[in-house]
Amino acid sequence: MDLSQSLQMASRSDAGMVRSHNEDAVFFNAGLGMAILADGMGGYNAGEVASGMATALLGSEIEKAFQKMEPYRPDAAGKLHSHAVLESEISRANTAIYQAAQSQPQYAGMGTTLVVALFYDNMMTVAHIGDSRLYRLRGGEFQAITRDHSLLQEQIDSGMITAEEARHSQNKNLVTRALGVDPTVEPEIRDYDTMPGDIYLLCSDGLNDMVEDEEIALTLQALSANLELAATQLIQTANDSGGRDNVSVVLVRIAREYPAARSWWARLLQWFK
Amino acid sequence: MSAKLILSMDGLVLKEIPLTKERTTIGRKPHNDIQIDNLAISGEHSVIVTILNDSFLEDLNSTNGTYVNGQPIKKHFLQNNDVVELGKYKLKYINETPTQTTAADFEKTMVLRPDLMKKTAEQTAAKSAAMSDTQIGMKALDTHAGMAPQPAAAAPAPATPPPAQPTGAIQILVGANAGKELELTKNLTTLGKPGVQVAVITRRPHGYFITHVEGANFPVVNGTTLDAHPRELKDHDVIELAGVKMEFFLKG
Repeated sequence: MDLSQSLQMASRSDAGMVRSHNEDAVFFNAGLGMAILADGMGGYNAGEVASGMATALLGSEIEKAFQKMEPYRPDAAGKLHSHAVLESEISRANTAIYQAAQSQPQYAGMGTTLVVALFYDNMMTVAHIGDSRLYRLRGGEFQAITRDHSLLQEQIDSGMITAEEARHSQNKNLVTRALGVDPTVEPEIRDYDTMPGDIYLLCSDGLNDMVEDEEIALTLQALSANLELAATQLIQTANDSGGRDNVSVVLVRIAREYPAARSWWARLLQWFK
Repeated sequence: MSAKLILSMDGLVLKEIPLTKERTTIGRKPHNDIQIDNLAISGEHSVIVTILNDSFLEDLNSTNGTYVNGQPIKKHFLQNNDVVELGKYKLKYINETPTQTTAADFEKTMVLRPDLMKKTAEQTAAKSAAMSDTQIGMKALDTHAGMAPQPAAAAPAPATPPPAQPTGAIQILVGANAGKELELTKNLTTLGKPGVQVAVITRRPHGYFITHVEGANFPVVNGTTLDAHPRELKDHDVIELAGVKMEFFLKG
């Protein structure tokens, strides 16, 4: 079913003010209810290769899998199809990147972070690996939905350092999980309910390292009526504050409810909308 | 360029100790990495755990305690120039690496594996080219080393605070609210009626810009209708928006 009447999406990706390459990659499809963002790492242009492979592979493979069976249907074991697809496709993308890195010397050591958001049946399933984030603006409340897989987050969790000390840490850039660096990878997959009016932000660390959460929230609130402008404005704010890293955002606004059409009359109703 | 400790007593420097190991133990007994043979020091007094660029000091339930900059601590994240006190002895922590690598390198994302944390010291010493899972760790360290000589070139003005910029404001020119003034102190100020016509004025390092946000009608500046692109605002520009006329001006 086409969700483009219920979901609005917009995206921007920029190399920033310092880097010559943009190693981030984004993919979104409002009709399918899918948004993907990846922040690549590795020498020369290998980071771009890793993040580009991740978004392209996942974008096309998830679409194919959902054409065979809708994401909200449980499989024989009771697991949602969306979860099964995310697990298997992320694993396949991981293998593809890992093998490319192993077989081509110029790609040795490449990898990428990943955040994927799938929207269906008035809910959202999020899979993430590394320190690219998903935030939610609901009412006036803006909060991160994902927790970074990073050394810094682990240090904060274990009480070794406080959030204040973390701001001055040199370890901001060390992720503890990444796609394509090991033969296997474990994504974190979670479900959330969505509400009309919610705005979701997928971003690379180039945004949240340069721009305070408060400023991001203010921008989303002020410009919620124009997602394209909001995305442009976020990138501009990161660049105006120094733009030291690649910066990418995908914005998703829930315009109205999108329950899954489970029965024939629901499908008919959907058709008349 | 690893961090180091400078051991001193009564202002007399005794020793310089580089922090190359993951765990550096301090105590009275001879098996410690830093042995201080003094009765005020416990057998195993404290330990410093070093992970790449960061060092953490932990007191090992010593009798007389571990102090940093005069405060007793249990666990402490060491910062450059911290002074650690054990009895009469002082250990000054020196780590100048951050300021040099930060600008160019702080945002380079790298992967850290759990096994790396245990082996960092050995790996650094033995720069083997083995294609094992240590590869990423080595890459990370090499990147740091490789970046070091060129931060001046690679790092542009590190986020220079915007030059003192005059504050902009708008004043309503006609209607019931004529004369009302609004200072543009935030980076984003929206104007207009939601659902009808909204524009945003953004404050950027080099000036103020107005952009159309929503509505069928676009804002008019000095008689010219805007398109979808931002337009820079000059002192005394006249804006017409949702039927309201206002003037933008810069406050001295």
